Amino acid sequence: LGSDTGGSTRNPAAHCGLVGLKPSYGLVSRHGLIPLVNSMDVPGILTRCVDDAAIVLGVLAGHDPKDSTTIQDPVKPFVLPSLTDVSKLCIGIPKEYLTPELSSEVRSLWSKAANLFESEGAKVIEVSLPHTSYSIVCYHVLCTSEVASNMARFDGLEYGHRCDIDVSTEAMYAATRREGFNDVVRGRILSGNFFLLKENYENYFVKAQKVRRLIANDFVTVFNSGVDVLLTPTTLSEAVPYTEFIKEDNRTRSAQDDIFTQAANMAGLPAVSVPMALSNQGLPIGLQFIGRAFCDQELLTIAKWFEKQVQFPVIQLQELMDDCSSVFENEKLASVSLKQ
Amino acid sequence: MTHCLIEHEWAAVVGLEIHAQISSKSKLFSGSQVHFAAPPNSLVSFFDASLPGTLPVLNRRCVEAAVMTGLALNCRINKKSLFDRKHYFYADLPAGYQITQQRLPIAVNGSLVYSFCAGKNRSQVINKTARVKQIQLEQDSGKSLHDDLRSQTLIDLNRAGVGLLEVVLEPDMSCGEEAATAVRELQLILQALGTSQANMAEGQLRVDANISVHHPGEPLGVRTEVKNLNSARFLAKAIDYEIQRQINELENGGEILNETRSFDSKLGCTIPMRDKEGKQDYRFMPEPNLPPLLLYDTESLPAGADPQQVIDIDRIREQLPELPSVTREKLVQQYGMLPEHSFTLLNEVGLLEFFQNVMKETRAEPKKVTSWVLNTLLGFLKQQNLAVSESPVTPSALAELLNLLDRKAISSSAAKQVFEELWRNEGKTPAQIVSEKKLELMQDQEALEQLCHAVMEGHPQVVMDVKKGNPRAINKLIGLVRKATLSRADPTVIKEILEKKLAS
Repeated sequence: LGSDTGGSTRNPAAHCGLVGLKPSYGLVSRHGLIPLVNSMDVPGILTRCVDDAAIVLGVLAGHDPKDSTTIQDPVKPFVLPSLTDVSKLCIGIPKEYLTPELSSEVRSLWSKAANLFESEGAKVIEVSLPHTSYSIVCYHVLCTSEVASNMARFDGLEYGHRCDIDVSTEAMYAATRREGFNDVVRGRILSGNFFLLKENYENYFVKAQKVRRLIANDFVTVFNSGVDVLLTPTTLSEAVPYTEFIKEDNRTRSAQDDIFTQAANMAGLPAVSVPMALSNQGLPIGLQFIGRAFCDQELLTIAKWFEKQVQFPVIQLQELMDDCSSVFENEKLASVSLKQ
Repeated sequence: MTHCLIEHEWAAVVGLEIHAQISSKSKLFSGSQVHFAAPPNSLVSFFDASLPGTLPVLNRRCVEAAVMTGLALNCRINKKSLFDRKHYFYADLPAGYQITQQRLPIAVNGSLVYSFCAGKNRSQVINKTARVKQIQLEQDSGKSLHDDLRSQTLIDLNRAGVGLLEVVLEPDMSCGEEAATAVRELQLILQALGTSQANMAEGQLRVDANISVHHPGEPLGVRTEVKNLNSARFLAKAIDYEIQRQINELENGGEILNETRSFDSKLGCTIPMRDKEGKQDYRFMPEPNLPPLLLYDTESLPAGADPQQVIDIDRIREQLPELPSVTREKLVQQYGMLPEHSFTLLNEVGLLEFFQNVMKETRAEPKKVTSWVLNTLLGFLKQQNLAVSESPVTPSALAELLNLLDRKAISSSAAKQVFEELWRNEGKTPAQIVSEKKLELMQDQEALEQLCHAVMEGHPQVVMDVKKGNPRAINKLIGLVRKATLSRADPTVIKEILEKKLAS
């Protein structure tokens, strides 16, 4: 289990060759989930195959009186059907997601996947989510605002790290929070508090909420026009090596990493990353399906069909152990050799 | 038109923010219990302590309390209301924010009617109205105790998260007495509804006052906020002090700062609060974990709705308990008492119940009971600073006493003596006291007539005076007869007999 606020379950799933499911907001209780952005967080599910994700979802989903944002309906565990005929499906390809930053490998796999659906009889059409370009900025404003609020409780008084200063309560708070938060968190808190100031609230927070509504409406419009699921990349590329990764600051990396995933959190929609193939470097690449609100079962059903079609070379654990011990003997970094 | 006495050419304007603790078994958003004076930090759930991962769940009883109070104050109940976070850092606020209703509270635009007894004999009842701007649900904070000796602050979170009703009164009041009377009436209403025990000594009712002064006809002046007026005694005093302070300041050419002050009861003055300097930006944000609160009435109630899950405003309105103004009106109608007496009966804690218990057990006239309860009993209580609940004289005892009086078994002066004896609480009944002290009135009419005759015979000069027309002379005769009867004869009866004899 993980949590998914802007893609934090789907993103690592794509990079590691796993299924990463973000359920519909309100389907799975957040009671017990340490909050980042209460209006976007969901518990995320990471599994080796789509059937497993469905099993876990069936257990976790349903109304929880302790979480007032869960829907009232109870949910029974379910088994995914094995789809054989996709001719009645309509797959939407959002044109705004074709960005220049997208790696050629991911673009090519995305195209391949679309063709796969079409060749098996599904209707595959290009759709538009016109407010996509505003999404990441809007996400940033709302995310930092809620973070600033949710982090206010970490003052060292009741639990957690507390510094030694005892000159005054204010001094203790300031030192504790300085020590206890790293600069990424402190940066988000400062941004968020800025957006929530009385003089800024209308122009930033409220504006962002309005844009959020437009983004959510984009999806509603597309789904109302007969599209069943959207097919998009999950990430811009395969996993970037650490030395490359640290060349950009966290803010930039977050914006890049979340670009395809955060809209589903903004709109509260279910989304799942399914591993498709290995890159030329031997690293996993996954693609994302986004479904209608509370149609998680339908979403997973289509994902399961896709998984069967692409036959991603899932790591077999015993072989991994064997290969690892030989690596330590030979002292070389591996891309692990895999069995089909 | 105000009856407040303020220096000429100055008018004062007072608004109030009143926080009443909701009388409920558990807190507003968590299941921990609500108790007064429990061991520190013994009533604190994970949510109250702000542990991450906990979520607020709205307490139904608190919502009902808010609706009841809103209806009693003639408010419009908002069928949709919202919750917000109000952020500030303080040791008694674990989450770093309070959940309140800033954008859209549960009730708005009501009125609080309160009354004075003014005029020469306090016989004139003046009704005043303070508009209720809004009522909102919000969390109470914990308590912090400053230990200056050890330079530490002790935090007790038992109170953190308890439900509060904040009642905001518009600046329609003009002085301390008006404000105190309005608060008293609100207390009575809350207690009658059962939505809050509103006991100021136990911190269940706390008042902040917004005060400014201006010359009539000119715009309103800069206001100060006087916070945490937690005692009925000091409420009026603090407000009047602040009004006078502002007048003095302005008359000396100074200016009033828009600041927050507290009342120092020992010094009898308001002082600026140090840590409230500078304007606070509370960074209000919608509470994302609570959907909008939706209330229904019979018309809008969805068919087949689970009654456990919905609140019907009309049903609550139908079941509202009797409000104090109605109770007072009924007392006046039923017992023919003066309006100001009905106020006194309700204003003293427990006095109305005492009165009603006496009425149940006595045949005496309501007016007599009223007089004994309001004058004699209350007088004795006030003299010794006792509450009605501490009265050594029980309702039954007073009822028995009044029955003796009513039967003319004793005179009213004898009754007073009995009452004093009862007050000493030696376990004796009125009948026992009467018998021990031989206070029974003479029942033998003939014997009394003989005594009268004897006195008249023994004091011919006085008889002469009476016949001459001296009005006070007869009192002397009555006095002499009384002495002869060892005060066991009713002066009125004595007078009757004497007058009959004198006439013949």
